[in-house]
Amino acid sequence: MFDITGKRFWGFLIAGVVILIGVISLATLGLKSGIEFSSGSMMTVSFEEEVDQRSLEQELANLGHTNAIVQHTGAGDFIIRTRELTGEDKTALQEALAAKYGQLTEAEFYSVSPMVATETAENAAIAVGVAAVGILLYITWAFRRMPKPFRYGTCAIVALVHDALVALGVFSILGGILNWQINLMFITGILAVIGYSVNNTVVVFDRIRENLKLGISPDFEVIVNNSLIESLGRSLNTSLTTLFVVLALLFFVGSTIQNFAVVLLVGIIAGTYSSLFIAPHLLVVWEKGEWGRFIRWLPLRAARA
Amino acid sequence: MTRRNILALMAVLALFAFAVCTLVLPMFGREQMRLGLDLQGGIHIVYKADLSQVDPGEEASVIDGVVAVLSNRINPLGVTEPVIQKQGQDRILVELPGLSITDKEKERLSRVALLEFGELAAEDEEAKWENELGRWKPATAVIDGEEKELTSRYFKENTYVAQDSMRGIVLRFEWDEEGSKISEAVTSRLIDQPLGIFEGDEALLGEDGRPIAPFVRSVISEIGQIEGLSYNEADTLSKLLNAGRLPVPLEILYDQTVSPILGADFIDMSLKAGIIGIIVVMLFMIIYYRVPGALASLSLIFYGSLVLAIFKLVPVTLTLAGLGGFILSIGMAVDANVLIFERMKEEFRTGRRLGAAIEAGFDRAWTAIRDSNVTTFIVCGILYWLGSSIVASAPVMGFALTLFIGVAVSMFTAIVVTRTLLRLFVGSRLARRTSLFTVYTGRKNV
Repeated sequence: MFDITGKRFWGFLIAGVVILIGVISLATLGLKSGIEFSSGSMMTVSFEEEVDQRSLEQELANLGHTNAIVQHTGAGDFIIRTRELTGEDKTALQEALAAKYGQLTEAEFYSVSPMVATETAENAAIAVGVAAVGILLYITWAFRRMPKPFRYGTCAIVALVHDALVALGVFSILGGILNWQINLMFITGILAVIGYSVNNTVVVFDRIRENLKLGISPDFEVIVNNSLIESLGRSLNTSLTTLFVVLALLFFVGSTIQNFAVVLLVGIIAGTYSSLFIAPHLLVVWEKGEWGRFIRWLPLRAARA
Repeated sequence: MTRRNILALMAVLALFAFAVCTLVLPMFGREQMRLGLDLQGGIHIVYKADLSQVDPGEEASVIDGVVAVLSNRINPLGVTEPVIQKQGQDRILVELPGLSITDKEKERLSRVALLEFGELAAEDEEAKWENELGRWKPATAVIDGEEKELTSRYFKENTYVAQDSMRGIVLRFEWDEEGSKISEAVTSRLIDQPLGIFEGDEALLGEDGRPIAPFVRSVISEIGQIEGLSYNEADTLSKLLNAGRLPVPLEILYDQTVSPILGADFIDMSLKAGIIGIIVVMLFMIIYYRVPGALASLSLIFYGSLVLAIFKLVPVTLTLAGLGGFILSIGMAVDANVLIFERMKEEFRTGRRLGAAIEAGFDRAWTAIRDSNVTTFIVCGILYWLGSSIVASAPVMGFALTLFIGVAVSMFTAIVVTRTLLRLFVGSRLARRTSLFTVYTGRKNV
């Protein structure tokens, strides 16, 4: 039998490093918010001739759009984000770009006024808050028959925060490199993923509860390890099938839905990881009071490396 | 038992046939899937009406007036299912699916289309307009003791474009009863003086780019004409004037315009992603779970047709995000099957016979299936609310709705369809070869 639980500190270390990188990126690069939340205009255009992103950014700055953000999509289109444009501004901008780069085709135009943006951001924040409360209530309910419901609930929430932090970190890095923005679909994707990953955690915890009742071992660590191995097949298979379709979405649809597919991808991987290697192992550490041991283990690892 | 299974199979097949018919044929008056703006192209605009000049209590009727005028302007565009509706206190939502128009045409939709006539203001008078020809104030006349401005609100709705004897373009209009009185008073006062024509803050420009301000040569009381406009401008103006002017100016709060070509691409791409996703999931299930996996794949096909049929019947407006939700739900749909099969394998290992293992697997997995979908349902509910509360509602609501329907149907197909197929299979001769069931059956001590 595999001893997964025995390597629990490794699981924490890996998660810690990933989150640390994300947090550093969040602190330095921050997040770029999309026009839904901060207002402005966005157009998806394609040029008949090859256009360099740098040159396009430079040209936009020359035209007075100093804060314009350019994103090059996989399909070869450019998504240009500017301040809110009126019909006249837009025509002028497109004519100027056409004069410089030749014929361009507008596939999509999107414009959000500050009033609507504020409204959207407020409601999205409320939705995230309500979702957090809803999931908390669900967790309290789901763990009502557990021996120490508070511990189970807390560990599930830590796993959930882990998933959200990883997704935010990845988007902060993507925002820095590729100008990806946090938009409504990002929030939608992250909520879907959180709901999904809580399920995985609940299924694993359910097993722990069952095995505790059966009394398969006096050692909590062994119980957790057995439960993990028993639910491993289900957790991995469900995640894999979901990953398959998300990858199909990413590779075959791309462009507009690209950010959304990537949130799902990152979220599902992070969620599967946390429900297997973080939430149940936190329970073990808590049960055994091992926090000190973990802290002492870290420099030991570092010294050996 | 066998008869019950066959009946269940018949019911499942009948439902499948119904779903396929729904998809292929126009049923219940629904010919096609309803596609969102991002999939068929079109325009989604939210206007905010400027109600600052409107008397308190009149707001609702003013907005109704705006909706009526916008409808008049939009109807000739030939959009199949236009949406023009009031939203909240001062907003008007306009959705024109499938429509492709130029920016100029788009601007025209929200043009107030009120022509105001002006006369030159004296040095000490306040001017409303200023241009190269001078400072202007509204041309007014006192009718029945009340000072009234001469504007196109007194035009009859029969303005048209014509050519004069010099082959120049003219816009001909007719004053209504009240307009005639004002016009008569104004033109008799302003003989041999210029009469400026303005729209909003700007003077009406002629084809030569100069403001139009003809000199009054005679008293005009019934029919008038505006000369010097380009044909396009005259044509647009006549249409706008006949469709009625907007009672208040509109401001664009939100604008999403998608070209129909882009939308068509998205449908193809989503279809491809969906089919490839389903195939990969099926292959995985068959390789990993053998016969149960193959049966789960069959129920996945059933699942796909049933969900799409529901989308068509409800009807769910399909957006790109909605299709994403559907494709995501394909991956999640097999979760219920995976839970059941894993349970089945365990029951099998404890030495139960195949039939008993299947039943026990279904019974014991049910609570897990139910519980594990609760959070997804909670999230769908919240997202649906979020979608309904914001202007850019379509993607978020579409995703919430399709994911919800997908997950709900997946519970049904896993419990009813896969189970029926498995039970039928147990009755067949193939079932004796337990190796068909799972790769792991040999290792009982795991």
